[in-house]
Amino acid sequence: MTTTETHRAPVIAKADDSSPSSETLLSNWEGPGGLRGWLSTVDHKDIGKRYMITAFLFLIIGGLEAAVMRAQLARPEQHLVTPEQYAQLFTMHGVTMIFLYALPVLSGFSNYLWPLLLGSRDMAFPRLNALSYWVFLFAGIFLYASFPLGKAPDGGWFNYVPYASRTFNPGPNIDVYALGMVLLGISTTVGSINFIVTLIRTRAPGMSINRVPILVWGTLTASVGNLFAVPAVTLAFILLWTDRQYGTHFFDVTNGGQPLLWQHLFWMFGHPWVYAIVLPAMGIVSDGLPTFCRRPLVGYTAVAVATVTTMVLGFGVWVHHMFATGLPVMSLSYFSASSMVIVIPSAVAVFAWVATIWTGRPVFTTAFLYFSSFVLLFVIGGVSGFMTAAVPVDFQLTHTYFVVAHLHYVLIGINVFPVVGGIYYWFPKFTGRMMNERLGKWSFWVMFIGFNVGFFPMHVLGLAGMPRRVYTYARGLGWDSWNMVATLGSYMFAVGILLFLINVWSSLKRGKVAGNNPWDAPSLEWSTSSPPPPYNFAVIPMVASRYPLWENYMDDEGTGRSSIHEGLLLDHGRETIGTTMLDAEPAVILKMPGDTYAPLVLAIGLAVLFTGLLLHSWWLVGLAVAVTLLASVAWLWPQRSLSQIER
Amino acid sequence: MTVVAVSRTTLPVGSKGRNASGWWGMLTLIATEASLFAYLLFSYFYLASHAPPPWPSGGPPSLTLAIPGTCVLVAGSVTMWWGERGIERGRRWQLATGLVLSLLLGIIFIVLEGTEWAHKGFKLSTGVYSSLYFTITGFHLAHVIAGLLMLAVLLLWTMLDYFDENRHSAVSIGVIYWHFITVVWLAVFFTFYITPRLG
Repeated sequence: MTTTETHRAPVIAKADDSSPSSETLLSNWEGPGGLRGWLSTVDHKDIGKRYMITAFLFLIIGGLEAAVMRAQLARPEQHLVTPEQYAQLFTMHGVTMIFLYALPVLSGFSNYLWPLLLGSRDMAFPRLNALSYWVFLFAGIFLYASFPLGKAPDGGWFNYVPYASRTFNPGPNIDVYALGMVLLGISTTVGSINFIVTLIRTRAPGMSINRVPILVWGTLTASVGNLFAVPAVTLAFILLWTDRQYGTHFFDVTNGGQPLLWQHLFWMFGHPWVYAIVLPAMGIVSDGLPTFCRRPLVGYTAVAVATVTTMVLGFGVWVHHMFATGLPVMSLSYFSASSMVIVIPSAVAVFAWVATIWTGRPVFTTAFLYFSSFVLLFVIGGVSGFMTAAVPVDFQLTHTYFVVAHLHYVLIGINVFPVVGGIYYWFPKFTGRMMNERLGKWSFWVMFIGFNVGFFPMHVLGLAGMPRRVYTYARGLGWDSWNMVATLGSYMFAVGILLFLINVWSSLKRGKVAGNNPWDAPSLEWSTSSPPPPYNFAVIPMVASRYPLWENYMDDEGTGRSSIHEGLLLDHGRETIGTTMLDAEPAVILKMPGDTYAPLVLAIGLAVLFTGLLLHSWWLVGLAVAVTLLASVAWLWPQRSLSQIER
Repeated sequence: MTVVAVSRTTLPVGSKGRNASGWWGMLTLIATEASLFAYLLFSYFYLASHAPPPWPSGGPPSLTLAIPGTCVLVAGSVTMWWGERGIERGRRWQLATGLVLSLLLGIIFIVLEGTEWAHKGFKLSTGVYSSLYFTITGFHLAHVIAGLLMLAVLLLWTMLDYFDENRHSAVSIGVIYWHFITVVWLAVFFTFYITPRLG
C-alpha cells in the first residue's frame, strides 16, 4: 500500500518550457485529448476559451434579435413582426445579452487569465470550473428551448408581475424563464465561489493582495457581489414559479401578495449585477491601458478601492429602478442620493485612466483604441445614469428610449468595447498569433462610429417621449427620422462586429507568430509561452512587485526583484502552491484533481432536473436527483492521490 | 533544469483539516445560502408589514412541536461538534457515534416538522401566510435533508476508515454546514414563532 505524502521540502529550480522537468509537468497536466479529453477536461484555459466562444455565440444570437427589432422600428407603422413576436424578441434580446453574454464572457477572460495572472497552475477548484461552464451552457439552451415553438419568455428581462403571473401569461413562456434563471444562478454561484477561493488560496509567493492586477480586483468584487445578489433573483423566480404552478400568493394582490415584492427582489439582485458585468471589464482596461501607455496605472490603490466601493454602494441603490411605483418620498430621496454617490468611485477610476493616458506615451494599437474609447463611452453612460438618478428627471424619462440609450452606453460601452479590446490584447496569448492591426483599426472605427450613430439618437427619442418596448409607432410624432438613423447606425455597429470576427478567424490561421510577450507587457501571463502549456509555468514564479516584467525599467518601485524562471518546481503530479491570504507566503502544496466526467454528469443531472420540473414529470425529477447525488458523491470521494486520506 | 536549492521549510501536502480549499469553498457556500434565507425572511416581513393586522390572522403558531424541534436540532449540532472533536484526537468511534446521533436527531426533527405540517389548518395555497410558512420551512427542511445525506456519506467514509487526526477535512467541511442549518433554523424559528408574540 502506498503511503500518503504529508510533508515535503519543495525543490526550487531554474527551468523553462524546454527543460526536461517540463516534460514531466506536461505528462502530469496534459489531458487525454480527443472527445474524451474534450468532455472531461478541467483545464482553466480550455474552459475559459469555451466560455468566451459560447458567450460570443449568444452575443450574435442576441444581435440578430436586435437587428429584427431595428428593422421593425426603422419606419413607422411597420408590421414585420407581430406584437407577441416583438415581446419575445426584446425579452430574449435582453436575457441573452445580460445573462448569457455579458457575465459569461467576462468569466471566460477571468477563467483563462486568473491562474496566469496570479502565477498559479489552475483555479482553486478545477472541477467546479468545468461544472460552472456546463451548467451555463445547458441553462442557455434551456432558456432558448421554447423559442422555436414561439413560446419564449415575453415579459421583458425584468419580468414584472402581474403581467408575468399565470392569469395574464398562461403559456410556458415565463416558466421557462423562471427555471432557466434558477439553473443559470447555480452556474454563476459556483463560478463566483471558485474565483473567491482562488484569490484566497492560489496566488504565487509574494503576490500580496496589493500586487494583484486590477482585473483580479474586478472579478473578485463581482464574485463577492454575486454571492450575495444571485440568491435574491433565484428566490424571486422560485416564488414566481410556485405562484404560477402551485397556487402560492406571494405576488397575488387579491390574496394579500405584493407585486412590488417582485420588483424589490429582482432589483436587489439586478443592480449589483450591473456592477458584476462591468467591474471585471473595467479591470481589463485598467490592466491593458498601462501596457499601451508605457507606464504603470495611475492610482492603483485608488482604482482598487473604487472598484470595491462601487459594489458596496451598488447594494444600496436598487430602488432607483422603482421611482415611478409610488413609494414614499423619503425612500425616493434616500435612493436618489445613494445612486448619485456612486459617481464618486466611478470618477476616481475615470480620472485614473485619463491620467494614465495623459502622462504616458500612448501606442495607438487597436486594443488601445478600444480601451481609450471605453473611457469616453463610460462617461456618456455615466452621465445619463446620473440624470435618471434624479427623481423628477426619472419620472419624465423612465420607460422611454432614454433609458434604452443609457443602458446600451453602459453595457456596450463598458462591456463590449473592453471585451473586444481585451481580445485584441490577449489574442496572442490565447492562440500564439497576432491579430491583424489594419483590419483591427477598421473594425474599431466602424464599431465606434456605428455605435454612436445608432445609440446616441435614442437619447433624443426618449426626450421626445418615445416609450421603450413598443413594437411600432404612429407616423408624425417626430420620431421617424431618428429611428431610421438609429437603425442604420446599429447595422453599421453590427458590420464592425463582423469585421472583428473575420479578423479573429483569419488571424487564427494566418496571424503573425506572437512570441511570449509581443506587447512588452508587465504581468505574469506574458512570461510564459503563447499559448501557455497545460501546466502554465515551468516553475512557480516569485513576485516582488505589481509589474514583475517591467522591473528593469522601473527603479522607483524598489521592492526587490521578481524571480520568473527560478521558483518552486512542484512536479509530483498535478500540484500548485497555496499561499496565505494577505501576504502570499507559501503555506501548503495543493494537490490538484485530474480530468473527470463528474462535472459534466452533474450538469446533465441538473439540466434534466429542471426539464423535469418544467414538464411536471416527477419520475424524471427523481431520476435526475439520483444522478446528481451519485455524481456529487463520486466527485467528493476522498482520494489518496489528492492526499485526502492518510492512514 | 537546474535544481537551485531545496526549500529550507517543509510544507504540508494536500488538504488538511481547515487548511483545505474546500473549507473556504464551504464558507462561501454558506454565505450565499445565508443570503438566500435573508431574502426569504425579508419577503416574510415585507408581506407581513403590508398585511392587515392581526398577523398571522389565526394568532401566533403553536410552540408545542416547534420548541422540541428546535432543541432536537441544537442537540444534533452539539453531538456533531463532539464527534468532530473526537476525530481531531484520532478517536474514530467518537466521530461515528456523533454522526449516528446527529443523523437520528435530524430525523426526529423531520418527523416533528412533518407532524406540524400535517396538523396545520391550512395548505400551501390558502393565503399569503400559508405560502410563506410552507415555503420558508420547506426550504429549511430541504436543507436538513441535504445535511442528513451529507452526514450519511460521512458516516460511510468513517466506516471505510478514511479519516484520522491528520486528514478529516471532509468532516470539518460537513460539520460547519450542519451547524449552519441549525443557525438558519433559529432565525426561521424566531421569525415565525417569536416575532408574532412580540407585537
